Amino acid sequence: MFRFQAFHMYGIIGTAVTIGIIGVALIKKFKIRDFHGNPITFYPKEKSFTRYLLGGTIFGLGWALSGACPGPMVVSIGYGYLTMAVVFLFAIIGTFLYGYFRDKLPN
Amino acid sequence: MNEVITETWSWWFSGIMIASIMFFLLYFGQSFGFSSNLRTICAAAGLGKKAKLFDFNWKTQIWNLVFLIGAVIGGFIAKQFLSTDIPVQISNETIADLAKLGIGAPTSLQPRELFSFDAILSVKGFLVLAMGGLMVGFGSRYAGGCTSGHAISGLSDLQLPSLIAVIGFFIGGLAMTFFILPLIF
Repeated sequence: MFRFQAFHMYGIIGTAVTIGIIGVALIKKFKIRDFHGNPITFYPKEKSFTRYLLGGTIFGLGWALSGACPGPMVVSIGYGYLTMAVVFLFAIIGTFLYGYFRDKLPN
Repeated sequence: MNEVITETWSWWFSGIMIASIMFFLLYFGQSFGFSSNLRTICAAAGLGKKAKLFDFNWKTQIWNLVFLIGAVIGGFIAKQFLSTDIPVQISNETIADLAKLGIGAPTSLQPRELFSFDAILSVKGFLVLAMGGLMVGFGSRYAGGCTSGHAISGLSDLQLPSLIAVIGFFIGGLAMTFFILPLIF
């Protein structure tokens, strides 16, 4: 994917986002309600810059190194790649480290 | 018919499925964001005592842990019933690039050099797995989401913070692929 030698991942994400944008717009326009009868609401994300760019970049480094983001990690474990359990365990550790050092990090 | 199910599913089908998952979750009053499970697991492990981020009622997030378990089961079903011995389809250029890094052409879904059991037993192999996982975990919490939360859900809602996060994902991914992987392998 990151070598721009295959369209596959871009096709997957592109298709999902295109359908997603249309669907979310329709939900908002027609104020569609959910199963419980409540209006489906979307919460704007906290306005910031550094945390998204820096956090995203660190995530991207890990994504390209391990080959998986959190969802595919567990899918791989189910598929039989038990070594992904090491990756997943360290993802949990990484999450903890973020929580622990959070106040000291730029936002 | 059997071949259609067992061959790699087309990108547009996967994309439709992913968007459907997002809408399915929205319909039941939730949202599609997988990395918060990592935070929930930390909270369930009692790490709320060590860091405020994990000090919340994690039981409200059990629905997402169920989603996680479903994903594991999905992987199992895919392997047992839906897969064949056809290896993952990557381009010839990628195969050539990977060969320069010492990784052989695909024989299955994941490269054996990185994900076979032997990988854990070498220091370098273990560190690749551990550091990769560490950065995914740290980065996703720092950015407040991973590809499902930001690239799929966030971009669908036209959230600018999500676009910044996705740009970050790519900066990191490209930096690792073109600058760092060649140094490691």
